[in-house]
Amino acid sequence: MNEQRPRREADPPQPQRRAEMRVRPTGPIVPSANVSGNALMCVIAIMSFLACLTLGGVSMVRATAQSWQSQISREITIQIKPDDNLDMEKALADARDLALTFSGTTGGSIIDRAATARLLEPWLGGGLDLDELPVPRLVVITIDENDPPDFAAMRQALTEMIPQAFLDDHRTWVDRLVTMANTTAMIGSGVLTLVFSAMVLTVVFATRGALSGNRHIVEVLHFVGAEAGFVASEFQKHFLRISLKGAGAGGLLAALSFAIASFWQSQTLATPETDQATALFGTFSIGYTGYLGIFAIILVIALLTTLTARLTVMRTIYEIDLIRSDPGRTDTFQG
Amino acid sequence: MQRSVTPPFRPSSRGYQVVTRDWAVPLIHFENVGLRYGMGPEILRDLTFDIPRRSFQFLTGPSGAGKTTLLRLLFLSLKPTRGLIRMFDRNISSIPREEFPMLRRRVGIVFQDFRLLDHLTTYENVALPLRVRGKDEAAYRSDVLELLKWVGLGERINVLPPVLSGGEKQRAAIARALIDRPEILLADEPTGNVDPPMARRLLNLFLELNRLGTAVVIATHDLSLMDQVEARRMILSQGRLDIYE
Repeated sequence: MNEQRPRREADPPQPQRRAEMRVRPTGPIVPSANVSGNALMCVIAIMSFLACLTLGGVSMVRATAQSWQSQISREITIQIKPDDNLDMEKALADARDLALTFSGTTGGSIIDRAATARLLEPWLGGGLDLDELPVPRLVVITIDENDPPDFAAMRQALTEMIPQAFLDDHRTWVDRLVTMANTTAMIGSGVLTLVFSAMVLTVVFATRGALSGNRHIVEVLHFVGAEAGFVASEFQKHFLRISLKGAGAGGLLAALSFAIASFWQSQTLATPETDQATALFGTFSIGYTGYLGIFAIILVIALLTTLTARLTVMRTIYEIDLIRSDPGRTDTFQG
Repeated sequence: MQRSVTPPFRPSSRGYQVVTRDWAVPLIHFENVGLRYGMGPEILRDLTFDIPRRSFQFLTGPSGAGKTTLLRLLFLSLKPTRGLIRMFDRNISSIPREEFPMLRRRVGIVFQDFRLLDHLTTYENVALPLRVRGKDEAAYRSDVLELLKWVGLGERINVLPPVLSGGEKQRAAIARALIDRPEILLADEPTGNVDPPMARRLLNLFLELNRLGTAVVIATHDLSLMDQVEARRMILSQGRLDIYE
């Protein structure tokens, strides 16, 4: 067991050599992780999350407002008031046929007696007999939004053919809704601008704060002969990594929030809660443009952080040079 | 500790450009140089001297005499209020700021407070000047390791500065200043943090470097250190400079 290998005569005595020390893989010039770097990453993630949420929210509100506007301006209504000598059913059919002769109309339907009674039920109660009341009847004409018919000509033709007919092109409602939609979109844009401004300022100041803790590195690099561009690029790389991680996390979380909300909405369709939410906010789906917007925010934040890091480093070097050219600025004088 | 006296540098292997120099022209020339901080009194007055190539000198004087300020002038980190400074045969007042990094690369400096980067190992700190010049690590690794052995830090290459002793930090700072073979080495109180035997070893290191062709300026007020070597003494007192050859 303890048998030793017999030493052969031919074996030359081995010189005692110390193992060469291995150099660890070269670390980055700017330390990859420190407290201020992590804090900056958190700030960037939070601001990116808020900016992405705001962007998604504003695009949702804008889409909903546009959808209201579009829905109401896709239809016009012909109203025919009852008259003693008027055959209502014939007048309704004639009005529909006349309207459909105009280019820009895509279809027409007469609101039948039962549907009219249902429309009036909230005001007049159930079991309504339309023959007993002089209730106007309606014809709904759908139109091509992009190529609407000539409403004035249609109105004139209708009046000539059926004097009791009145054409409502919903202009008053459309105008109101357009104003409301524009106001909503404007408020949304204002909020987005504020959140973006806050994000820009926060990111800029947080980056500068994180850099101030690394000023000694800038100085040492400067004094060992590094060119300003080299020092700036080292810090740029470092801050680009931090900002991409932070902004990516925030953006991803926001995208995930929208995806979950959209999924929840699709799973709970036709429930009162979802209907209410849909009526107010529209669908939570932000579409590919929304996700593109989130991606753009991530890029903007990364670019902003990197640019701030570069400018701050260049300014630090400029300040060091300024002290060189004006000794009165120095506060590190030693005898 | 046994230290090899073999020069650690092999200029040919590092691809130095061969430059013909006029050896009669001093590395640095000061003429009537004066400096004041803001509106205060002149800290340095009418300094006129040369730092010849391959020379060795001590810069001394009482505390507050302006040694560090003079070193900062020599290292291009301050500009004089008046007078002329020529470095490497160029008037520094006419050099654009973009060219200063190139000039600084020809000057090695050992700061009094070392200025090592705490997140980099001894090896990485010493290699930093080469790294910022864009050199490939494979091209300089053996030179850095050789120099670290030469300054007695061969066993401490992977150690971070906070773990190093004062003397080790001093030697690491010296190695960093020497790694790119500067034409002149400026050292601010290089023995201020070490015991007398270590101070003697560091002095030998500077002398060895000087024998290899680098001009050396050591700012110190350690008289015992200066007594160990017959060298030029530049004594600053009340802002004026007296030179004893």
